[in-house]
Amino acid sequence: MKSNSSQSDSRADTRSDYRVILEWIASGSSVLDLGCGEGELLALLVKEKGVRAQGIEINEQAIYKCVARGLSVFHDDIDHGLSEYADRSFDYIILNQTLQQVRKPDEALREALRVGHEVIVGFPNFAHYLARVQIFFRGKTPVTPSLPYEWHDTPNLHFLSISDFVEYCRKRKINIGKSAFISDKREMRIFPNVFAETGIFLISNVTG
Amino acid sequence: MSLLSLLPRRSERPTYLSPVRSEPEPSSGSGVAGSVGIVKTHSFHFAEPPDELTLECGEKLGPITVAYETYGTLNDEKSNAILIVHALSGDAHAAGFHEGNEKPGWWDDMIGPGKGFDTDKYFVISSNVLGGCRGTTGPSSINPKTGKRYGLDFPIISISDMVEVQKHLTDHLKIDRLLSVAGGSMGGMQALEWLTRYPDRLRSALVLASTAKHSPQQIAFSEVGRQAIMADPHWKDGHYYGGPPPAKGLAVARMVGHITYMSDISMAEKFGKRFGKEKPHKFSADSEVEDYLHARGNNFVKRFDANSYLYITRAIDSFDLSRGKDLYQVFKGINAKVLVLAFKSDWLYPAPQSREIVRACKLAGVDTTYCEIDSTYGHDAFLLEVDEETHLIKHFLQRVFYQQGTGGAYEVKEYEI
Repeated sequence: MKSNSSQSDSRADTRSDYRVILEWIASGSSVLDLGCGEGELLALLVKEKGVRAQGIEINEQAIYKCVARGLSVFHDDIDHGLSEYADRSFDYIILNQTLQQVRKPDEALREALRVGHEVIVGFPNFAHYLARVQIFFRGKTPVTPSLPYEWHDTPNLHFLSISDFVEYCRKRKINIGKSAFISDKREMRIFPNVFAETGIFLISNVTG
Repeated sequence: MSLLSLLPRRSERPTYLSPVRSEPEPSSGSGVAGSVGIVKTHSFHFAEPPDELTLECGEKLGPITVAYETYGTLNDEKSNAILIVHALSGDAHAAGFHEGNEKPGWWDDMIGPGKGFDTDKYFVISSNVLGGCRGTTGPSSINPKTGKRYGLDFPIISISDMVEVQKHLTDHLKIDRLLSVAGGSMGGMQALEWLTRYPDRLRSALVLASTAKHSPQQIAFSEVGRQAIMADPHWKDGHYYGGPPPAKGLAVARMVGHITYMSDISMAEKFGKRFGKEKPHKFSADSEVEDYLHARGNNFVKRFDANSYLYITRAIDSFDLSRGKDLYQVFKGINAKVLVLAFKSDWLYPAPQSREIVRACKLAGVDTTYCEIDSTYGHDAFLLEVDEETHLIKHFLQRVFYQQGTGGAYEVKEYEI
């Protein structure tokens, strides 16, 4: 899950997925972070990109942290959180490390693409080579840096790979504007479906 | 369906909040934060004939006296003023102590140096509502036309009339723009009314355990209270002044009220005991809960006017912020920030009513924060969940205060209260 808050301004301390998202988001835009946790990413976006930020989070304790960071946040789940918004209410919707935890990712993505002009999705890659090795040789549910849970305590409901997501977007005619792959806290591009721990995509509806 | 609810939830309280308080009664406000000390209630007079205030019902009322208190100091820019608006039975005395009285103001836990409404930083104003009986003009005031108390000659008042009177008070105090208007329950309705009626006169609104419109269930409980008062033979169509007041009726109204302010759990925790002792007669109070309700009812009649109870409950019952439109339309174009808080066990002003407000703010693009606080205290929680409220309100106000004029980001560097 999300790491503890860093009070430092140093870019080196910024999580690599946050760095990617920071880079992609235009200054002064409006951003809705679904499952914003303690608001680290949103606070960074406010500070560095001057975005109009809104978070949605189900955990009450996390909301206290968000408010302490000066963020606006709704205590809600993704279903309610999105369905109440009009079309194109935000420039960006962020689903970072939450898509694999929602019960109906298909619905959540469709709603996100309706409410946002663009959607940023980040998720752990289930086809990472460490996961492959553990399944193949040990015959066990994989535990990797980006999938750190045992089978019995994981909040993840869906396990998808980078290839799964790309195929999904092709089938649904969703346009992939940008993609980034992260391994060992660094961006990488070679055989991402094997070597990336995390995939991040900027997507939008083709017609939009 | 809750999707993110599948995330692991921690049931324990966060470390930055102090342990759960076991005493579900407003405390004396003791703790690390300080008290505003000895305070006095002031009076402001306006609407002298022929400049009477025209009420929502069309009738005119004047002169009007407003009882109010202030805590803290207004800064030179007059940008740090917060108006606290009270609930059904509240009054102007929100914080500190009156000379010779040990009981602090009704929201002393939240108002004072270092508290949620920090009087070291902010200038806090609290006034008694129109129709009240604690210094502001109401049905027990003298009608200048007759030289007698108004009684039922007092015109029907509304939440917006209350707000109109408060606006005159802020004019009198020469405050063009309030940093915030904050209140719970009926206070929340006034905060909402301020927000939509005078959106340019406030920078934020805090709406706690409230609603944009009274539901049939809420009206039903009010009506039982009103009927109890009017069934009391001492009520005499509201003209009981000079004789015995309808104390039994008002006490029953208050008892019904108190039932709705608690939750099943808070009642079970507080009133476990049955007495089974010798009693004056068969149906004398036989349990803690009965004793409590009797005590609450009997205390209430000493400080509250039965006619005020009728007028104010009527004002709450007829409140409808939307005025027949879609609720989001009344929020359109509002730049003020909004904090909405609801409490899980509050069944009188249940969380879905707060969500309705939040949904409308969302659709209207109003900058809003919503938190549903996990509490077992029922509706009373807005007076009792001090630690959670302090944390949320303190940070929210800081952000509103420091973002004034700049529109820039404000980052709080610490979590501690």
